[in-house]
Amino acid sequence: MKRIALLGMPNTGKSTLFNRLTGSSARVANWAGVTVDLASAKILLGGHMAEMVDLPGIYDLHGFSDDEKVVRHLLEGHPIDLLAVVVNATQIERQLPLVLQVRSLGLPAALLLNMADEAKRNGVEVDCARLAARLGMPVVLLSAKYGVGQPEAMRVLAQALTAASDIGPARRAQMQAVLSDDVRIEQETAAMMAEAVTMPMQLPEQVSDRIDRLALHPWLGLPLFFLAMLLLFQAVFWLGGPLQQGLTWLFDQLRQLALEPAAAQLPDFFHGLLLDGVYSGFVTVAAFVPLIILFFFFIALVEDSGYLARAAFLTDALMAKLGLDGRSFVMVLMGFGCNVPAVMGTRMMRARPLRLLSMLVIPLSLCSARLQVFLFIVSAIFAPAQAPWVIFGFYLVSFLTMIVTALLFRGRFKSSEPFVVELPPWRVPTLRQVTMRGWLEVRHFLSRATRFIVLGVIAIWLLTNLPLGATPGSMDTYAGQLGALFAPLLAPIGIDEKLAVALMFGFVAKEVMIGAFAVIYGMSGDALSQEFARSMDWVQAVSFMLFTLIYTPCISTIATIKTESKSAAFATLAVVWPMALAWLASFVFYQGMRQLLA
Amino acid sequence: MASMKSQNHLLSELIPGQEALISAVHADEALHHRLAALGFRVGNRIQLMRRGRWAGPLHVRLGATDVILRQTEADLIRVSPQ
Repeated sequence: MKRIALLGMPNTGKSTLFNRLTGSSARVANWAGVTVDLASAKILLGGHMAEMVDLPGIYDLHGFSDDEKVVRHLLEGHPIDLLAVVVNATQIERQLPLVLQVRSLGLPAALLLNMADEAKRNGVEVDCARLAARLGMPVVLLSAKYGVGQPEAMRVLAQALTAASDIGPARRAQMQAVLSDDVRIEQETAAMMAEAVTMPMQLPEQVSDRIDRLALHPWLGLPLFFLAMLLLFQAVFWLGGPLQQGLTWLFDQLRQLALEPAAAQLPDFFHGLLLDGVYSGFVTVAAFVPLIILFFFFIALVEDSGYLARAAFLTDALMAKLGLDGRSFVMVLMGFGCNVPAVMGTRMMRARPLRLLSMLVIPLSLCSARLQVFLFIVSAIFAPAQAPWVIFGFYLVSFLTMIVTALLFRGRFKSSEPFVVELPPWRVPTLRQVTMRGWLEVRHFLSRATRFIVLGVIAIWLLTNLPLGATPGSMDTYAGQLGALFAPLLAPIGIDEKLAVALMFGFVAKEVMIGAFAVIYGMSGDALSQEFARSMDWVQAVSFMLFTLIYTPCISTIATIKTESKSAAFATLAVVWPMALAWLASFVFYQGMRQLLA
Repeated sequence: MASMKSQNHLLSELIPGQEALISAVHADEALHHRLAALGFRVGNRIQLMRRGRWAGPLHVRLGATDVILRQTEADLIRVSPQ
């Protein structure tokens, strides 16, 4: 099967084009000799199946960034039959040198001039036939976003692929020996531009500029951004809440109507293991899915609109003082919804220390799962008038722990990464584009997280049900014994054995804690709330919530940190440090309050 | 602004809205490559669009490309204001 590689600069709509050409059939895979996962898919071109690979966006074939090295290593180590170079037609003058670099490799190539719609609006006219003649490769003008020119692009790619013959060792040697010749490339770019491209003298006053005057306003910019984010989170919960409940109801029905009768014949142990262990594990993951989908949907929306890059501009000065940058801030915000996609979002950073510091900070943001636990406890302990302020206070504490963590670790994760980020014009994202991207990310997340969460839940179920004969969730089980073991550590911060067991549940996923309370106390609903109010005072409750807020990322976040950092040591740090900070914060609060109130 | 016609101004010294020609880029090789690919090449026209608050990043325009960069990186680029 022949192989096509899609190559181009960042912000050329390359991945949008990839998704459009391949449908949603792409899978992410590892390539020998290359350190990152790349998306690839099989597509039908001119009656033959071909494999298409989406290479990372690069500025320069001879550059030295991680992505640029990845592209070179892939070209050297894997046979490519056709290089499809994607160029933003509006920025053709700046991007043409990359096309010439590709041409000098000697591999069959085709030029796809994307964003034809934007180029037309900006008055950029390209004479494709002339450019093709000068370049010696086919040129197609298209718009991946709207699908304009897609059939023509497919036809040209198919033709070029058929014409592409096997390159022998001599051509391969030539490719490897290619050296950059910047001066020649610059001269040739200028000559081609003069002959085949008409650029307007001055780009017309854009709608984009007018939006920027408001969105990047020195005083209004940040408040406006926070308002937009607030609306976004509202939208996620407003849309995601009912979906999550609906799904939970559906899984409950499935369990009662189908699974319980089917498993009725099984011995108690396996019945419990399968339904309370495996099935609960599956449902825990599934309950995440609506929120995950919505978050990716909105991340894609914010990113494709161009607002994300603007947020980086607005907050960079403040984040620089913490050893982070504007992009870290955006991910911290996303973390308030769910830490998992936020950790994945750090992929856009190039420098590893910066990524690691961001990944250390993100899990401290008060995610929606923790919010559920707090809402439950706060409504049980505090008066309705106080409750919102207590919750608000926890958001402040969350920011505070991030600032402390960044200040403490910024020396350890020092990055000299230059902050040079392209600011794309404002764009209206299409629904198709946003859902497609969101869907790919969601599938990636599920395939990695599912097994991990299910295994974690099984382990906790076993802990709370073994040894055989012990009352599930009681102090006689291994979990109960562990709770007693941790008692000396947790007593100074006002947390008893029962709550200690709940904290173990929270390690899997924070929202499981509410279910854990029910199992451990053996009651639910109002009775459980009353038992809470009876068995602990507000100082204990706040200390417990402080600890819950900080003590550890949930299992899926840890798994994501491990995969993204590719380091078990770092994943360990991401668990150990919050644990220490949580204990310290709770200790200071609990003991301080006890002294004050004594 | 006759006094601003000199060759050796820092990019960060431009006032928002002002245009200039790039006269030199003093970055190490890796950054030089990236800056060049974004359009920071000697002779290219550049315009300072705005400056972030609290000594934040600079927003510049090179032809059809907008870029934000920190003061540190902007200080590597010399311009002659037009």
